[in-house]
Formats: sequence, C-alpha cells, structure tokens
Amino acid sequence: MEGLTDREITLILDTAESFREVSERSIKKVPTLRGRTIINFFHEPSTRTRISFEIAAKRMSADGINFSKSGSSFSKGETLLDTVRNLQAMNADLIVMRHAVPGACKLIAEHLDASVINAGDGAHEHPTQALLDILTMRQHIGDVKGKTVVIVGDIAFSRVARSNIFALITMGARVIVSGPPTLIPVEIEKMGVEVSYNLDRVIPEADVIMILRIQLERQGKIFLPSLREYARLYCLTPERLQRASRTAIVMHPGPINRGIEIDPRVADGESSVILNQVSNGVAVRMALLFLLAGRREMNQNH
Amino acid sequence: MTDLLLKNGRIIDPVNSRDEVGDILVRKGRIAGVGADLTPGKSCQTIDVSGKWCVPGLVDMHVHLREPGREDKETIESGCRAAVAGGFTSIACMPNTNPVNDCQAVTRFILEKAASAPARVYPVAAITQGLEGRRLTDMAELIDSGAVAFSDDGRCVTNTDHLRRALDYVRMFDGLIIEHCEDPVLSEGGAMREGYVCTTLGLPPIPSLAEEIMVARDIRVAEYTGGRLHIAHVSSRESVRLLQEARQRGIRVTAEVTPHHLFLTDDAVRSFDTHTKMNPPLGSQADRDALEDALISGVIDCIASDHAPHTVQEKMVEYTDAPNGVIGLETTLPLVMTRLVHTRKMTPVRMVEVLSVSPARILGIDAGTLSEEARADITVIDPERLWIVDPARFQSKSRNTPFGGLSLRGSCVMTIMDGSIVFQIEES
Repeated sequence: MEGLTDREITLILDTAESFREVSERSIKKVPTLRGRTIINFFHEPSTRTRISFEIAAKRMSADGINFSKSGSSFSKGETLLDTVRNLQAMNADLIVMRHAVPGACKLIAEHLDASVINAGDGAHEHPTQALLDILTMRQHIGDVKGKTVVIVGDIAFSRVARSNIFALITMGARVIVSGPPTLIPVEIEKMGVEVSYNLDRVIPEADVIMILRIQLERQGKIFLPSLREYARLYCLTPERLQRASRTAIVMHPGPINRGIEIDPRVADGESSVILNQVSNGVAVRMALLFLLAGRREMNQNH
Repeated sequence: MTDLLLKNGRIIDPVNSRDEVGDILVRKGRIAGVGADLTPGKSCQTIDVSGKWCVPGLVDMHVHLREPGREDKETIESGCRAAVAGGFTSIACMPNTNPVNDCQAVTRFILEKAASAPARVYPVAAITQGLEGRRLTDMAELIDSGAVAFSDDGRCVTNTDHLRRALDYVRMFDGLIIEHCEDPVLSEGGAMREGYVCTTLGLPPIPSLAEEIMVARDIRVAEYTGGRLHIAHVSSRESVRLLQEARQRGIRVTAEVTPHHLFLTDDAVRSFDTHTKMNPPLGSQADRDALEDALISGVIDCIASDHAPHTVQEKMVEYTDAPNGVIGLETTLPLVMTRLVHTRKMTPVRMVEVLSVSPARILGIDAGTLSEEARADITVIDPERLWIVDPARFQSKSRNTPFGGLSLRGSCVMTIMDGSIVFQIEES
C-alpha cells in the first residue's frame, strides 16, 4: 500500500463496491475474465486469503490454479525466480503470491511480464487485507478521513498493521497503535501514527478497533512473558469495549485466538464486523483481478 | 628491468609531508628519487603524468579473496587484478575460506598463489581454529609463515575469555587482532539495521546494539590486556563515540570503515535489492554522518572495502536468503574521490592517509610511502576522469556492487608495483 495515492485506493474500493453485488446474486458469476489464467502461488500456509482469491477468480470466470509450497519444485532446490518464470511460461496472466520474505513479491514483479498481486510478504505488507479493511470501515462508519483507528497487538510482525497504516494515513485517518513496547517497532511514529501502551486509555477515542492475532513466539524469540499476561492488558473484553463509543466497530484479520486477543462475546457481538471483512475480501480481490487482468485485455483490444 | 620516470605529477606523500608537483624516478623496483626536473638515465621509460596525482600504492586491509574454496566467486589472481584496477597494490585477505586459513599450510598456499599475482597479498589468519571459537590458532607459527594479523571475520569472538587470551598472546610479537564486532544473539535472524526504514519494510531487525556492545567489550579487553585491537567495518554512531573515548584514553585500538557504510544508508534497502544486504547492515543517516566525520577527524583510521564477492545466482534470491556482502576493490577510490575529495570534505592528503598510510601502519607492512629507497608501489590517479560504474567490466569475478550505474569522477589510471606497470587505462 505504500506509495498508493488516495485516488488510487478510492478507485479500487469503488470498483470493489460494484463487484459486491455479484456475490449477492444467486448465480455468482460474471464473464469478465473468461480465458484469463490466474495462479495462486502460496509459499506460506494460508486458508482465508487463498480461498478468497480463488473464489474471486471463479466469480470472474477466470481459470484459477492453486499451488503451494508443499508438492512444488522447491524440494528440488529451484529458486523462486525460476519457479515463477515457469509459471509465466505457461502463459499465466496474473500471479497472486504469498511469501514469508518481505520484498519477495517485488522481486518477482521486477522479473516478470505477468501482473503480480502481493497476497502478503512476510511482515512487510498485505495490501488486499488493508483494502478490504478500509472497504469495511467505509461501509460501517463512512469516509475514514478524520476517523480514529486503534490497531492493537503485535504491530512488529504484522503485515496487516503496516498496510493499514500506509493506507489509512494516506486516506487522512488518525491511527493509534497499541501493544506492549516489545511488539511496537522502533520509530513507528515516523509513519504518522501515535503509540500508546495503554489500550484502556485510547479505546474511548476509537471509531475502529482493529485487533491483531498474537503469538507468544516469533522467529524463535520471545517477546512476551505469557499470553495470560497479554490478555490481561490487551484482550478486547466486553468491559473494555464498554469504554468505547457505541458506534465503534471491532475488526480482526483472522485467524482469531478466542480469549487471548479478543473475548468471544466481542468477536460475536454487535460491534464485530469480522465476517463482513471476509465477505468484502472477495469483492476487493475481484476488483483487483479486474483492474489488473481485465483492463489489460481491454487495452490490448483497443 | 627498465627505469621509470613519472614526469610532472602531483606527488602526495603524507609520510614525507610532501604535496607538490614533481617527478618520481624508479630504478630496480625502488624509488630512486623524488623531486623537480629529474633526468632520465639510459633505458628509462618516461611517462608524462601532468594533471595526475602520484600517491603511494593503496592498501586495503579487509578483502575476501574466496580462494581456497570458492574460486567461482573470486580467486587470488582475479582479486589481485581487481585490486590493481582499483589502485590497490597491497591487500589483506580474510581467513574465512574453505579450508579456513588457520594453519601455516593455508597461509603458505595463499602466498604461493599470490606470488605470481599483480598485487601484494597479506594473509590474515584465524584467531580460533576453524573460526569455531574454541581453540586459538598457532599464532606465532602463522606470523612466521607470513600472516600479518588475526581475525575470525564474519564472526565475533563471542567467548570473552578467548578474546582476552588472544589479545594477551599476540603481545609477545606485537600482533594485531581484528574483530568483527557483533553479538550474535542480538543480531540473530536479522536482515537489516533496526530503525525507521526497517520498521516500514517489516524485515527482521539487527539492532546497532549488537555491534556497540561488542565494541565496548573489546575496547575494555584491549585496555585490560594491552593487546593491539582493530575494529573492522565500524557502522554505528555509538561505536564511533566509544572509539573516540578509547583513543582519548590512549587505548591501543584502531578502526576501519567501508565505502558502503560511508556512502549508503538503510534507505537503500527500500529497493529490496540484495546488493544492499551486508553485515554489519547499512545504518541510518546519523550513523553515516558520524562515520564520515570520524574518518575525516581521525577517530577512524582508514577505509577498507570488505570486498566480499558472491555469485549472481546467490544474490538473485529473496532478501533474507541472500548472502551478506558486496565487492568494493574497483569502486572504493572513485567513490572517495567523488563523494569526499571533490566535495572538499576531505583533503587529498587525508585521502592518501586513509587509503594507504594508515592501513599500512596498522598492518605493519612495507607500504604507504614514496620515500627514496621504498618499494616502488605507486598509484597514479586522474582526479578528473569521468567513469560510470559498469559491473560487467569489473576485473573481479563477481558483480555484486550496489554502486552499478553511478557516475563517478576521479579514478586510478595506472598502478605500479615493484616498479612495473601492473595496470593501465588505455587512453582512447
């Protein structure tokens, strides 16, 4: 999301709005991308994002092929670039890639003619997640400009946090990140966000509370004394949520650790838009497939 | 061997406090005279070097030649050709080859190979056997075989007792310990310097603390033992402060800085170009500024390239998977000329100190001066020569430079070793 302008983000979101209707029809299919080949290349485990891209491709009538690290040629020691060049040689129009290393999607995009969608590169970015998040915010609280979004938890290892910060700051929102100092990366204030280690203090200001998944261990290092202590300080409970505005919405990119970062009563409660996020994910991905693969086709024809 | 007369060059020789236009006469591989209007003897080749600078052959005290073991990346021969193309007549090579240079057989192998190469090679032997941090090498024997210093470069001597014994032991022959300062626990898994850019990119961070904590420890151990310590590739502002304090207190510690830490910052990593991945990692602007100031003021003694060849395929991978390091022998001088000398941040005399006099003195090798009777190792620099860095034309076997495509001003046009021309730019 870094580098995308307000106008570009708005174009994608507006396009996604128009595709949301397709998913609500009884026959959920448009012929827009008939004959296009889209490869979902997941180099890291993912359920939600992979299925979301897969459904998006099917609803656009594209031929989608899924392929993940296991069962691929990686065991033979083939490099990432060689693998994706092979995919391109089979005339893939678009490659959706999830990879554990920041910059991996940029690396392949620089060496391929096919379009590349970053479906998450390490702790760097997860642009489609940020887009579906902002689409969900727009739906529930209107224009995000001037609104306050509190992002809670593991900011350091979160691509969701980074992409949301880039996009939300660009769109004029106010962003507060909240979590223990060990999970707040250095100098993050320079990205334009505020930092608070005290969730209770900032909750009343929130229009959106975005909870991130928490893990005790990251890259072999321990950043927290215990999940129990984390929950005591940062778990979004009904009591904590009571301090928020009644119109505030609760979001989570999933998968949820119930009872650790979010109380089940909140996850399933009235403020929660977690499943709307998932629905919007399909619309956003349809929009991106259209804008990248569909538009190119139109340009070639004219 | 014919005599050589370099006419009308600007002779910059800090050891003799000389910076003036004049001639240099070379006879039998030695400097026979320096002064105005020297006359050539019989069978003497006269070269007009007016407008050029004549300086003592440059010295790079931190180079990886990869031989033995990884001759696909570099050999002693190709590394030496790269050296003289960049103006370096003397280079010290690090011991992290395969096998490691931890015994006299490997040291002698390197020297034998280097005997026919166009530059002088000074082997740095390992501090610990196999770089494994368990047992010290046979240091006295290694010195007798031709090693000039000891280092486990690439790794830090993390066991403080080993470092203490090494610094103690080498005092018997006034040996030099070169330390790669890095706490491997703090840096574990990291790919770039912790800081704002790292925060935006989500790459695993290496805190500058990993270097600083070892610089502080090493300085204290050097003070305690009285052993001679040299800090390799200093990269952070706080390390500079520790060095400054140590020198004020008279502790025997010297330090080097690399061209990439002088001329790049972590901002370059935004490209995810693996040619920005090295260890120590590129620092912040504040780090860079502090390194430059320290080099100019003398807190840092010299520039060393940390020339680290890697194959194209090894670098064409995901950022965290790429090996650390970049090559530098052929770009160091033009970068220093362009970014420090032509900008008037550094005098030409200081440039010769940091690229020749100081590293020669630290290593204790016969180089770094144009005194009469000294070995005739001379680098001729055209300060105005415009040059675009084209990795495809490097003498090095490797291409891994972050400076490809840059336009630079000032470079070596002729390199003389032992009175013979070993490198020359063909004028078109």
